Amino acid sequence: MGRYIARRLLLTIPVLLGSTFLIFAMVYALPGDPIAALVGDRRISPSVVAELKDRYNLNDPLHVQYAKYLGGLVQGDLGTDFSGRSVAGTVKERFPVTLKLAIVAIVFEAVIGLIAGILSGIRKGSFFDNLVLVSTIFVVSIPVFVLGFLAQLSLGLKLGLFPISGISEGWYSYLLPGFVLATLSIAYVARLTRTSLVENLRNDYVRTAKAKGLPPRTVIGKHTMRNSLIPVVTFLGADFGALLSGAIVTEGIFNLPGLGRTVYQAVLSGEGAVTVGIVTLFIFIYIFFNLVVDVLYAALDPRIRYE
Amino acid sequence: MSRTPPLDSDAADAPDLQGPALQPTEGGVEQAQNAKTEDALVAASGGSVRQASLWSDAWRSLRRNPVFVAAGVLLLVLSVMALFPGLFTNTDPLTCDLKNSRLGPGSNGAWFGYDLQGCDYYSNIIYGARVSMAIGLLVVGGSLVIGIFLGSLAGFYGGWFDSLMSRITDIFFGLPLILGAIILLNAFTGSRGLLQVSVALIAFGWMTILRLLRSSVISVKQADYVQAARALGANDWRIITTHILPNAIAPVLVYATIAIGGIIATEATLSFLGIGLQKPSISWGLQINEARAFIRTSPYLMLIPSAFLSVTVLCFIMLGDALRDALDPKLR
Repeated sequence: MGRYIARRLLLTIPVLLGSTFLIFAMVYALPGDPIAALVGDRRISPSVVAELKDRYNLNDPLHVQYAKYLGGLVQGDLGTDFSGRSVAGTVKERFPVTLKLAIVAIVFEAVIGLIAGILSGIRKGSFFDNLVLVSTIFVVSIPVFVLGFLAQLSLGLKLGLFPISGISEGWYSYLLPGFVLATLSIAYVARLTRTSLVENLRNDYVRTAKAKGLPPRTVIGKHTMRNSLIPVVTFLGADFGALLSGAIVTEGIFNLPGLGRTVYQAVLSGEGAVTVGIVTLFIFIYIFFNLVVDVLYAALDPRIRYE
Repeated sequence: MSRTPPLDSDAADAPDLQGPALQPTEGGVEQAQNAKTEDALVAASGGSVRQASLWSDAWRSLRRNPVFVAAGVLLLVLSVMALFPGLFTNTDPLTCDLKNSRLGPGSNGAWFGYDLQGCDYYSNIIYGARVSMAIGLLVVGGSLVIGIFLGSLAGFYGGWFDSLMSRITDIFFGLPLILGAIILLNAFTGSRGLLQVSVALIAFGWMTILRLLRSSVISVKQADYVQAARALGANDWRIITTHILPNAIAPVLVYATIAIGGIIATEATLSFLGIGLQKPSISWGLQINEARAFIRTSPYLMLIPSAFLSVTVLCFIMLGDALRDALDPKLR
């Protein structure tokens, strides 16, 4: 196992370099003048422009800029934005919001998705099963921003149950955005659990357990569930990584000051350092959780060995 | 789309597709003998003969599937709406009268009311179908071209090219689709139209098709009929195009159908965020974006385009589901 992890870590190096270079090149090499975006309509003397370009390494060729950036990165330095704030400080301030949102969403996914999936898997073909199948298709086809507005309109404005904007009410204000963010994955988790459970219930060991007279609760809860949940647990692991980096829309709609909204604003305002810094963090998160999921798979399923 | 659930199940199903496809292999052997003389002719006729069994079976079971029929009819209506909006409305969507601003549905005989600028909302909604359908088809079409070409080469030849492709897809997967598209679109100077949005979505959306096709090709290329064709002297190009691809493409087509829905939703998301299409383009995403400020007073401005958008996405997902059921012989 140790050797497998080491090999996987080695393989992630080219991917990390490639992804960060891709984002770096898109932000800095494509047309668009960050200094012009910074100064806006103000007149600014050429010497100041030269000074700024020099400070942010904008005169160097792209690969030199990138090398300088990487040099800072390995020392934990994500650079500074145009107002002189360190990007690492911004990330530290915004990350907790995104993390809380992701935690709330993953809890919704696990609880609702698993319960719906298990109930429909046990009673395959029942009314409830069909209800889950149909409703998951419907939920998947509604874009998340539409869902967000529907939730704001109905639960927030009409019924007044939840705050619809900001984080002033602590964890409570994360409930509605967390649920909206989770809906798509709730549907996936429910379907995945159901499929996995139905497949496992056909196995010989389940028949054996039934034949020796175990109560259904033990057959399903103990024998079948442990095996059925492996793909679900790994999906949840991978999805947690995705939630941490994919909440641009939800954070925008509910006005949460998290990383997603910050990176979106940074892109629009031409804050290259902030954009690259946060996206680099997203890439790290994505790769880390993918690795965790693969290791988790091997740990949970003894049939899978990576040696 | 980067959050798509394990699609590997499709790839795992791929070997089963060889079942019904094995039958016409004898035809394929014959053709391979004549290949040198009448290559093009045989390829043309051979293609249709080979596909007859799997695809006509699939078509037969699709026609009996009420989900497919319902989704198909709805999509047909939406396509006509996209191609000939004039059939549905006589009102020009860009002829507006400010005095009608935000009059609700039913006023002045306008079914869906008027938007902020006092334009007829029904006609705007109808014209909005065009952009969604066009971008969905363009992006998925473009991704199919890239994914099928590179994926079949990577799967067939393996080796360094395969490793290179795997790393490159890994790199692109590291960036979430919406985020990558936002950054790329922001870099386009000048106006952003249908073409720019499509390019940005293809740039970060082609990877899944390549991966699916690669694993599907790998599982098919060991089949006996591929060995037979090789033994008879067929060259690589011929083996890939007439023997492997027709038997490996089914999971990709299923994914692509569902992906059209996903791309349509993503385009609407980008337009909604203000980084996709710009006015005077007519897009459901833009309409929802504009309706945002009036969610309390005029909720219909948001609900109507949302409903059209969701139904369109739903149709493609149902179509893909039905296609999956029909192309998977295990379920027959």
